[in-house]
Amino acid sequence: MSSLIHLTASALAEKLSTGEVSSVEATQAHLDRIAAVDGDIHAFLHVNAEAIAAATDIDARRAAGEKLGPLAGVPVAIKDVLCTIGMPSTAGSKILEGWIPPYDATPVAKLKAAGLIALGKTNMDEFAMGSSTEHSAYGPTRNPWDLSRIPGGSGGGSAAAVAAFEAPLALGSDTGGSIRQPAAVTGSVGVKPTYGGVSRYGAIALASSLDQVGPVARTVLDAAMLHDVIGGHDPRDSTSLTDVWPSFAAAAREGARAENLKGLRVGVVKELDSPGFQPGVSQRFHEALELLTAAGAEIVEVSAPHFEYAVAAYYVILPAEASSNLAKFDSVRFGMRSKVSGTVEDVMAATREAGFGPEVKRRIILGTYALSAGYYDAYYGSAQKVRTLIQRDFASAFEKADVLVSPSAPTTAFTFGEKIDDPLAMYLNDVTTIPANLAGVPGMGLPIGLAPEDGLPVGFQIMAPAREDARLYKLGATLERLLEDGWGRTLLSQAPTL
Amino acid sequence: MDYDRALELFEPVLGFEVHVELNTQSKMFSDAPNPAALGNVPHEPNTTITPVDLGLPGSLPVVNEQAIKYSISLGLALGCEIAPSSRFARKNYFYPDLAKNYQISQFDEPIAFDGQVEVELANGKKFTIDIERAHMEEDAGKLTHVGGATGRIQGAEYSLVDYNRAGVPLVEIVTRMITGAEADAPELAKAYVSAIRDIVVSLGISEAKMERGNLRCDANISLSPRGSGKLGTRTETKNVNSLRSVERAIRYEIQRQAAILDGGGTIIQETRHWHEDTGVTSAGRPKSDADDYRYFPEPDLLPVEPSLELIEELRAALPEAPSLRKKRLQGEWGFTDLEFQDVVNSGLLVEIDETVAAGAAPAQARKWWTGEIARLANVSSVDASSLVSPADVAALVALVDAGELTDRLARQVLEGVIAGEGSPAQVVESRGLKVVSDDGALIAAIDEALAAQPDVLEKIREGKVQAAGAVIGAVMKAMKGTADAARVRELVLERAQQ
Repeated sequence: MSSLIHLTASALAEKLSTGEVSSVEATQAHLDRIAAVDGDIHAFLHVNAEAIAAATDIDARRAAGEKLGPLAGVPVAIKDVLCTIGMPSTAGSKILEGWIPPYDATPVAKLKAAGLIALGKTNMDEFAMGSSTEHSAYGPTRNPWDLSRIPGGSGGGSAAAVAAFEAPLALGSDTGGSIRQPAAVTGSVGVKPTYGGVSRYGAIALASSLDQVGPVARTVLDAAMLHDVIGGHDPRDSTSLTDVWPSFAAAAREGARAENLKGLRVGVVKELDSPGFQPGVSQRFHEALELLTAAGAEIVEVSAPHFEYAVAAYYVILPAEASSNLAKFDSVRFGMRSKVSGTVEDVMAATREAGFGPEVKRRIILGTYALSAGYYDAYYGSAQKVRTLIQRDFASAFEKADVLVSPSAPTTAFTFGEKIDDPLAMYLNDVTTIPANLAGVPGMGLPIGLAPEDGLPVGFQIMAPAREDARLYKLGATLERLLEDGWGRTLLSQAPTL
Repeated sequence: MDYDRALELFEPVLGFEVHVELNTQSKMFSDAPNPAALGNVPHEPNTTITPVDLGLPGSLPVVNEQAIKYSISLGLALGCEIAPSSRFARKNYFYPDLAKNYQISQFDEPIAFDGQVEVELANGKKFTIDIERAHMEEDAGKLTHVGGATGRIQGAEYSLVDYNRAGVPLVEIVTRMITGAEADAPELAKAYVSAIRDIVVSLGISEAKMERGNLRCDANISLSPRGSGKLGTRTETKNVNSLRSVERAIRYEIQRQAAILDGGGTIIQETRHWHEDTGVTSAGRPKSDADDYRYFPEPDLLPVEPSLELIEELRAALPEAPSLRKKRLQGEWGFTDLEFQDVVNSGLLVEIDETVAAGAAPAQARKWWTGEIARLANVSSVDASSLVSPADVAALVALVDAGELTDRLARQVLEGVIAGEGSPAQVVESRGLKVVSDDGALIAAIDEALAAQPDVLEKIREGKVQAAGAVIGAVMKAMKGTADAARVRELVLERAQQ
């Protein structure tokens, strides 16, 4: 039944609901796939030994006539940044090796309540700091399109798992592009919801004011269905919005059915359509715009003059918050502890020295410096002002356009080692995705083709005003249908066989 | 140095930081039970905790609405402005009792600011203490250092951490600099802390027991050489766990600093640890104004924005101010100025009021609290309020009023209550201290006494009533004090008339 792994989540859910396929069969098919290919891909840090038991339970409940959610019985992979009862949660760091949380993150609890089957935990850059998974303490994940290339980051594990058919769905987290950039370079779909749309409770914090948990999938509809499950207010996260959200799956279905895009104003952000981007990325991006135009959308150019300061502001705010968020990793209550003997300060210092990787240390040092007395105004204070200006840029752009679009990332997947010694080059890979995090607006990345020069996937980003996530799914589904009508098949079906 | 000499040479300058533990049901940022709630019930170490109190990865704080309301009420009672928008901030420093290695506090945007507290001393002098701010924060856990001689971290073999207290809601009340107290500085300090205690007790927002740490005072003291117009270097004395200690510690610190300065030495800016047993302070950790806590706004919490309606509702619900209450109570109780000042100076106004409310006559309540209870408290160097409850004192007075106890017996009952033997009624029962009201037993004792002094009845009949004294004394002795002397006298006189 290896064909089970090639089904989209929505198609699999359909077969599960009619009884054509059991959750145990679907889960086993994915566990078999993981066993077969994950030695090459290394998307998973931990495979859930209880997955079959959970699937058996769902099958029994379905057999007993219980009314289950639309995705009940569908397997899902979970980024290791999310706390899971009974499974190690390391955030890709040595300092949390073997730590098993006593509670589920709220999005994980919602998955379980909706009957999804956790396949395991996916690899990531340590504490979500990176764009390639090369900063994982457990070794990098490889891109299913080309094993010598990175799968993006920080959520390279979730994106690769989905693209390599090891899981139909995955959860990611996006602080500056960690869902959208991996989606771009692996040919998958990823969404960073509106800040506050999905609870952060149980997501190991990188930068609290930027982090957002979101769905990773192979289709827009699948991402929407997963978003419907994990979204909504959580009283345990004070920054979680109390909005009642529309069905994103309904928005995606509506978009897929849409005959045209008449009346839709699509804003192209001038500053995110850089001549410095990889030519094949720009080419596919402009072809996608032509497709939208042909479907009746009005393409308008908008300017966001402060976006050019976004990366700089981000690399002050993120390290500042991270330096504080990561202070709890001191060996006193959980996680690894250095065997050094001495005072409590000696043990804390030795643990952090041994437990954190170089990128984490770099950002802790940066953030500690940025928050120091005498520098606070110049760095953190200024960065927050830039953030306000970027929010204003978005506000004025959304007066002219219903959605904003750009390439998801400046390049296709780069090779291992290409940028690891050049942090600035690595940071610039997130130039297109960071503004949405700074403003708290939702963003989607979806595949629009392969770059002619290297045959690797290119991603297209759609951004909407805060709380208007449904617009992403609607337009995304339309664009996906237009593209696939042209290709005659899905993009991922063109990937090399593993 | 002699205190008077120190005052000749230097002018003391004071400042106080009083921490008030709020008695909300749950903690400041988690739903764990608050160990500082009503009754201060002790718990096993590390049992009143949740993932939030332990700072586990992924956990998030949620503000306790009741703590916000209590803080606003306290701010209003201190005559403060209430900020329409205040913010929590992270105070970053590493210490093993601080689970996250940052404390959630308020920094540049406290909830209440610019207040005043009126204080009157025994000598009639009145002072107005300016309150700079009152801000909300969470308490840290508690460290127990084992294996050292001093019970402090220096020299300890290991330390135990109890996080039960971590997250207990605190309000920190900070005064502006207080000058002009002169020789009254120690008494003013005591009167100020006592005034704060009266206010929080009247609001019912804290258990306010200093010996339990519900109310903690950090006393800043510096000496300014007379006529120099220059401020001296300050020290911050901690661990002052009773009103008595506040007074003693300030007096000690003034004398200590004066001796050093007069000898040509310099004061080190540091925390000092008060030792109740030896009556001295010892050096703690150096504290400089350059301590860098890298404060920044807490990104996990929204600003606190109480509505004007809520603030006015809380203002309208404020109880009578303790200072006004004093004036009213003096009138109601009919005490002379001297008697009432005695009550105020004892710091037991609240206890006496509660005892009166529980049914005791004001004069009796005053007699017991400022007399025997204060004496016993002095002997064991604790605050009188910690020894016995107003309800028990009222019960004791009721037993005396009913003739069931003599004053002498009542003192023994009080000892029993303080020793933890139960309520006054239970102590009377268990110690067999009840006044013998059985005339039969008294008559038997009288007969025995008369047999030994046969001429007494004759003398009484001759009009020498005072002769009865010898028989009464013998009966009281034989009954070991459990007889009511007035009743014995009546029975002896009746016998003479037979």
